[in-house]
Amino acid sequence: MESLIGLLVAAPLLGAAVLLCGGRRLDRAGHWLGTALAAVSFALGAVLFFDMLGRSGGERTLHQHLFSWIPVEGFQADVAFRLDQLSMTFVLLITGVGTLIHLYSVGYMEHDARRRRFFGYLNLFLAAMLLLVLADNYLLLYVGWEGVGLASFLLIGFWQHKPSAAAAAKKAFLVNRVGDAGLAIAIFLMFTTFGTFAFGEVLAAADGAGEGTLTAIGLMLLLAACGKSAQVPLQSWLGDAMEGPTPVSALIHAATMVTAGVYLITRSGAIYDAAPNAQTVVVIVGAVTLLFGAIVGCAKDDIKKALAASTMSQIGYMVLAAGLGPIGYAFAIMHLVTHGFFKAGLFLGAGSVMHGMNDEVNMRKYGGLRRHMPITFVTFGLGYLAIIGFPGLSGFFSKDLIIEAAFSAGGVRGWVLGGATLLGAALTAYYMTRVMLLTFFGEERWRHRPTATPAEPDVEPAAGRGAAAPGRASGQTAGQAAGAAAEPHPHESPRVMTLPMIVLAFGSVFAGGLFNWGEAFVHWLEPVTRFEHPHPPLPIPVITGATVAVMLLGVGLAWLQYGRRPVPVTAPRGSLLTRAARRDLFQDDFNHAAFVSGGQHLTRSLVYLDHTVVDGAVNGTAAAFGGLSGRLRKVQNGFARSYAVSMFGGAAVLVAATLLMRAV
Amino acid sequence: MSATHGSVHSLWTVAAEAPSIEYAQLSPTLLVLGAAVIGILVEAFAPRRLRYGAQVLLAFLGLAGAFAAVVGLAVGGYATEKAAVAGVGAIAVDGPALFLQGIILLVAVVAVFTFAERRLEPTAHGTRVDSFAAQPAAVPGGEGERAAVRAGWTTTEIFPLLLFAVGGMLLFPAANDLLTLFIALEVFSLPLYLLCALARRRRLLSQEAAVKYFLLGAFSSAFLIFGIALLYGYAGTVSYAGIAQVVEGSVPSPSPALASAMASDALLLIGGALVVMGLLFKVGAVPFHMWTPDVYQGAPTPVTGFMAAATKVAAFGALLRLLYVVLPGLRWDWEPVLWGVAIASMLAGAVIAITQTDVKRLLAYSSIAHAGFILAGVVAVTPSGVSSVLFYLLAYSFVTLGAFAVVTLVRDAGGEATHLSKWAGLGRRSPLVAAVFAVFLLAFAGIPLTSGFAGKFAVFKAAAEGGAGALVVVGVIASAIAAFFYIRVIVLMFFSEPSPEGPTVAIPSAFTTAAISIGVAVTLVLGVAPQYFLELAGQAGVFVR
Repeated sequence: MESLIGLLVAAPLLGAAVLLCGGRRLDRAGHWLGTALAAVSFALGAVLFFDMLGRSGGERTLHQHLFSWIPVEGFQADVAFRLDQLSMTFVLLITGVGTLIHLYSVGYMEHDARRRRFFGYLNLFLAAMLLLVLADNYLLLYVGWEGVGLASFLLIGFWQHKPSAAAAAKKAFLVNRVGDAGLAIAIFLMFTTFGTFAFGEVLAAADGAGEGTLTAIGLMLLLAACGKSAQVPLQSWLGDAMEGPTPVSALIHAATMVTAGVYLITRSGAIYDAAPNAQTVVVIVGAVTLLFGAIVGCAKDDIKKALAASTMSQIGYMVLAAGLGPIGYAFAIMHLVTHGFFKAGLFLGAGSVMHGMNDEVNMRKYGGLRRHMPITFVTFGLGYLAIIGFPGLSGFFSKDLIIEAAFSAGGVRGWVLGGATLLGAALTAYYMTRVMLLTFFGEERWRHRPTATPAEPDVEPAAGRGAAAPGRASGQTAGQAAGAAAEPHPHESPRVMTLPMIVLAFGSVFAGGLFNWGEAFVHWLEPVTRFEHPHPPLPIPVITGATVAVMLLGVGLAWLQYGRRPVPVTAPRGSLLTRAARRDLFQDDFNHAAFVSGGQHLTRSLVYLDHTVVDGAVNGTAAAFGGLSGRLRKVQNGFARSYAVSMFGGAAVLVAATLLMRAV
Repeated sequence: MSATHGSVHSLWTVAAEAPSIEYAQLSPTLLVLGAAVIGILVEAFAPRRLRYGAQVLLAFLGLAGAFAAVVGLAVGGYATEKAAVAGVGAIAVDGPALFLQGIILLVAVVAVFTFAERRLEPTAHGTRVDSFAAQPAAVPGGEGERAAVRAGWTTTEIFPLLLFAVGGMLLFPAANDLLTLFIALEVFSLPLYLLCALARRRRLLSQEAAVKYFLLGAFSSAFLIFGIALLYGYAGTVSYAGIAQVVEGSVPSPSPALASAMASDALLLIGGALVVMGLLFKVGAVPFHMWTPDVYQGAPTPVTGFMAAATKVAAFGALLRLLYVVLPGLRWDWEPVLWGVAIASMLAGAVIAITQTDVKRLLAYSSIAHAGFILAGVVAVTPSGVSSVLFYLLAYSFVTLGAFAVVTLVRDAGGEATHLSKWAGLGRRSPLVAAVFAVFLLAFAGIPLTSGFAGKFAVFKAAAEGGAGALVVVGVIASAIAAFFYIRVIVLMFFSEPSPEGPTVAIPSAFTTAAISIGVAVTLVLGVAPQYFLELAGQAGVFVR
């Protein structure tokens, strides 16, 4: 069984290699090859899962040692895999959702000339992500960590002809570098403290190390998690990352990669348990991000950016839970999995809407789409009910558990965290209801366009639609141009796209209840993450009741604002908070003022220093040697007599020096 | 009178017993000199049209046979445990001698290829000609020369001359007494003086170079022989081992008459310094370097390449043997002096090269700097010092040969275009030739993955271990200065606009192509995988006493 673990990574890696090196010959069938290899990986994961279920709790961890990567004295880095319940959960989520999204992309990217390359990148992402969660040590995890960063960069900038996409990819890459540096420093610290990278040895030895060192390691790991999972203060890249194709947003920037930070914190639980200060910072980051994302999500009119803000907020829940220690780890992972289902489903629904709406992303130009896209409406709606925590659906269970655990943190801390999570739940209900109402209900704002630009006479509506599909291939600008020229004709997406949405909708509805059935999920993870029952200061039914109440409050508020009244196509100016939230609470302005302009000044002064001082010294030295050379070469005057004299002088000096040496 | 008569008589009777000569152990030198003698006979008796083919074949076979003999001796153990002194104590057959003889023979084979090249010069009245004068004895520009060119004559004597020079060079690093050393020096110097004068183009410059080389060479030979005389006066013998014993004081004075002279170290010190000076002249170290640029520039380029590579190998071999076998007892006297020479050579060579405008002069100054680098290994006075110098010589000689072979290709109406300004933009028009030259320049500069780096690293490492850390620091600084002018040529070739009336790159025959290819191959192999050759040099690093 152990030997299958390597194949799990190898299958998508092979796909990436074949698709990226294979050239145009694979253009016709490459997407199916990529999808098939993702499915192979999922099948292998399923086999391993049932094999694991067949063994008792203590014997479920599998190891596979492939080879010694860097075998030097005192520095042993192995390429080895570890498959335990935690990584198994991730493997199934990654390969399962990954396969569905591969399938969806077959339809979504149908008209893109570079579809083969897209699938190559998707396979590369799968391989790197699996490596990340299967690695047996932090160094190999780092390889996967950078691998998913690379895949994310390539896919955000997949439509690189758009300057906005290229800039977004660059921004994601740069912000992630900050986090990656944190991970690298954490690994350095681990090596100097423990002399090893392996999870087993590091985590077992964590108790024995000094608290200061552990706090430093914990904070650096948190920095890494912040970068990858878009947590405050490294959250600014996620909204721009929506420039990538929608399947990418669903898979990488909602379901899997952005949750890697939660995985890292959970995996390193032993370090945080021994470093309470670092744990406190984790909780603070989680709470701040969950509110930050929720507030931003309330103001966004771009459907994908609203969903991205929601992702940020939901990961904030997970990070908060992971920061609570053994009472929260399992809940964090559980919310991660259910969120993987419903958020991927929501993104795919958004992609389906855009597919039918000529790539329009502004929700103010949607409206009433439920009649035109029934399947999308139903699946999106189920995902919506799941995320707001409608009783009985997935999100209800997983989020409610986190809220209970937050209240259980103890004392004032518990009340503050519990309040924050409840407020977050209300905001979630508000912004998701807003998305729902703007998109699927109300009047069909795309029909009556008050400022409709005159259509070009020679473009028929049918031709406009024909142009719209390759318009996605050639970029949003072209798509918008086509959209402006012709009224969109919303239609349901092809079967290959709706099928994954339906499967994910099932997950959104049932996963949470299934997991919570007799605390099955918690017990499944317990051997790895340990588990303590939370003891909230209030009775559990009270908390659950409050959760449902604030959810209904959020829904009601949104309905008052967007359901009862007609929605203007152009956004009103709005309150100060709305305007701030539209600007992502000034995150980019802050980064620009704090880092970018300072960095530019530093660069300019360094260039000046380089030009004057460094170049001056170098050029001065060169000029000095050049001058010396010019003088010395005059000695070479071409007369044999001069040469002979110099030889005679040289011989005299040689003899004299030899004699002098003896005299001294 | 009767006493004189008696001594003469006794000389005769002693000479009647023929000394035993180990022909097998001396076979490399004998084969080369034998081939040279046959070459003279070919010149005398073979018809003119057959001479070229016969001479090339003969030279190649002679050198290849000699190389096979060297390999055979080395495999037979003469490089290590069976190392011996042959020829009545005159010639050493040991590791360093065989290693250096091997290098010299390989270099000579490649040099024969460049000598035999007949595709580069435009045909003279239907005859393909090489880089050498049609009739060297004719006055440049005179009627005799024109007639010789019309008749399509060529100077095939270059091949026997080359072989004689090679024979002397083989003997030079193996010489085990001072007289053999001197004779070997003259045997290889005289043919070189002649070869320098034989250029087909710019004959006056070539003849001037030859005369300068001859005059200064004779001058230095005079110092050398004077030094030999003083050393004989000190020790009463010219044998290396004998002098070494007297220096160490392990033998009593051979005769009472010499006892007073031997008490005076002045004879020893002055004699030693003068002999060393004679050898430093041959390697082109500062302040005995001034012939190098003029001769390198004036000589026919194939001769320059051969001379720059092989002379340095032979002369450093002789210098190593002299310092390690004869004068180790005087180490504390000569080491500081050679420090000074090494530093002066490295710095002066590198600095003056900066302002050179002629490729051949540039390479001449570069060779002066390299002489300094090699001296840094010589003064280490350790076994690793010897082996590092052996390795450096192997690396350097092939880079030098290859670089000068490339110089023969870049031509305009006046023959070779050696002015650097004409090389501007060469990389645009002839990327392959420019790339090959860039490889050689990088090797000269000592950039990793070329043989130059491996050699320089070995020499500096040996010097640092031998306690010459300061010398290494100067060496690295000089390398940095030198890198400037090597890289400048690369920049000139690849990043400048070619001038419209720039030179063309001639398409050579298989001879020069082979020479350049061998140079590139050796440069890269020694740079990428030097370990085998370093070990070979390490095994060959012990002198027989």
